[in-house]
Amino acid sequence: MGRWFHRRGWSDIIIGAPYVWLLVFFLIPFLIVVAMSFATRTSTAPPFGYGGENPLFNLAGYARLFTDALYIRAFVTSLINAAVAMVLCLAVGYPMALGLTRVEKGWRNILLMLVILPFWTSFLLRVYAWMGLMGANSWFNRLISGAWNWLVPQAWAVTSVPLMHTNFAVVLVMVYTYLPFMILPLYANLERLDPTLDEAAMDLGSRPFAVFRDVTLPQSIPGIIAGGMLVFIPAAGELVIPTLVGDSSSPMIGRVISDEFASARDWPMASSVAVALLILMVGPMMVYSHFEARAQTKEKSE
Amino acid sequence: MTEPLVRIEGVSKSFGTFQAVKNVSLEVAKGEIFSLLGGSGCGKTTLLRMLAGFEAPTVGKIFIDGVDMSAVPPWERPVHMMFQSYALFPHMSVEKNVGYGLKHEKMSAAERQDRVRQMLDLVQLTPFATRKPHQISGGQRQRVALARALARQPKLLLLDEPLAALDKKLREHTQFELMSIQERTGVTFIVVTHDQEEAMTLSDRIAVMDQGVVRQIGKPGAVYEFPNSRFVANFLGSINAWEAKVVSIGEVITVDVPALGQQVQARFIQGLAVGQTVTLALRPEKITIHRSPVEGVNVIAGEVKDLAYFGKDSLYRIALPSGQLVSVHAVNANRGAEEDRLADWYDKVWLTYPPASAILLVE
Repeated sequence: MGRWFHRRGWSDIIIGAPYVWLLVFFLIPFLIVVAMSFATRTSTAPPFGYGGENPLFNLAGYARLFTDALYIRAFVTSLINAAVAMVLCLAVGYPMALGLTRVEKGWRNILLMLVILPFWTSFLLRVYAWMGLMGANSWFNRLISGAWNWLVPQAWAVTSVPLMHTNFAVVLVMVYTYLPFMILPLYANLERLDPTLDEAAMDLGSRPFAVFRDVTLPQSIPGIIAGGMLVFIPAAGELVIPTLVGDSSSPMIGRVISDEFASARDWPMASSVAVALLILMVGPMMVYSHFEARAQTKEKSE
Repeated sequence: MTEPLVRIEGVSKSFGTFQAVKNVSLEVAKGEIFSLLGGSGCGKTTLLRMLAGFEAPTVGKIFIDGVDMSAVPPWERPVHMMFQSYALFPHMSVEKNVGYGLKHEKMSAAERQDRVRQMLDLVQLTPFATRKPHQISGGQRQRVALARALARQPKLLLLDEPLAALDKKLREHTQFELMSIQERTGVTFIVVTHDQEEAMTLSDRIAVMDQGVVRQIGKPGAVYEFPNSRFVANFLGSINAWEAKVVSIGEVITVDVPALGQQVQARFIQGLAVGQTVTLALRPEKITIHRSPVEGVNVIAGEVKDLAYFGKDSLYRIALPSGQLVSVHAVNANRGAEEDRLADWYDKVWLTYPPASAILLVE
């Protein structure tokens, strides 16, 4: 025992703990999913098997990903919805994060608190609140359809605006839900920037917009990337929001995985979709961090 | 006199209830190196920021080249600033930093490149043009900041503690470089500093500031030799100061100094009356140490209490019979001064000074 619990031993244990956690709760389950994706669907329990009359490596699941329009459409819908949500979060979150860095210290903590405040209520409750707002008979819907009818000629009049069960609703609720994930890393990044750099740019003849474009924006790119990933990745795999407010005829990928597992009981197919989603998400990230690391070593060696 | 380049007229600045700058008026001529000297919180940086346009005066006006700057934003002022932290753009190369201000100038790309090259030449940084600021040394960064501020050929350059971040050796070297660059470009410099030596060597004129007020403006020599107050005398170098009473007024003024236990003479100044209480100020380097009794006036007897050897000179602290200490600075002109020094601990010594070196301060 004493061999492990000396000074060096403790630091090894502390450094090792997260790796053990990731190994047990991420890597091993993920390998199980990968293994399952090569299995064949059977009517046994669990509903898949290898060997025997089935092939050891069944690639049928992956083949269907490229041939069945359902999956391709689901992937495309997910990526588009997530991308739009990410861009909108950036458009709304950037000014908020920048504004946070410009207010007085005392106010800043209160405003930051307000950004995080929605997390204190149940996520589901908030989605239901949106459903209530967007429903055809809600005051909100009547208000905007009334405004619409007042503005346009009678021939274009509507009884209600179709908000629910559209991709618009999905994006709207995702932006609402994930906005703090964009604001917080951006704020952390912008807050560290040296305000005298802005003054220096101004001093050298730049108007406020040029100062933002030349000095603030380029320095906030790491924050934009961090916030973008924090929004895009969970948004692309989102299950609850599209299920509740989305268009069921064009499901997102999370819904497809869930349906394959639960209703269709096709575990190998569900696993293939899950693995494909992961590759789709992690691939670009790895490419990005590879180039980032190379750029950094290049700068250091110069 | 021609119109000065900078005219500050009755400028005050308050932050809430705190008055950072109080009713400052001064003029800076074209081509001058003018220093604002003072301790931290004396308002010198606030004054500089008002010249750059980052702060607006609460009261008063600033004219640059005859134009009222009240409504002119920082980006339109013919003024550039070299920041204390240098404020180089970390995501741009040295070249891009220097050329940044030129983007707003109507000039062709070739002209722009030419100017950048010229500026890099001026500060001897041409080989580092493509480096990023974090890849060069502190001294080099300082020169990039200078080149960037000079690139648009401003009428006035503001330097906020330009040498504070450099080590001692580099600081001396850079001081001379700054002066030679100023001479070559002819740009007017206003330098903010807390370092009196820096202010003395760099500037044509110095304004000594304290608690938002300008206490004295003048040439370095004048401010050093003829301070107008105890504060200025103390701030610029060290000084022996004692309370004194005017006894008689003639070619020199005789005062009675209780701390010295005797009457001594001081330089004549206008406007004193017999019986008035003043301060007698005497710089340590104006006093001569003798090892044997001396005849005449202005002779003060004492005993060496302390001495500090600095190499090129030594500081002696002489205790008087009254218990008062007098600081005396003596140059160690002879080799081996460490052993063969002017006086040693507990030696009896006699101090003298020419009457004109002692100044009387009313404030």
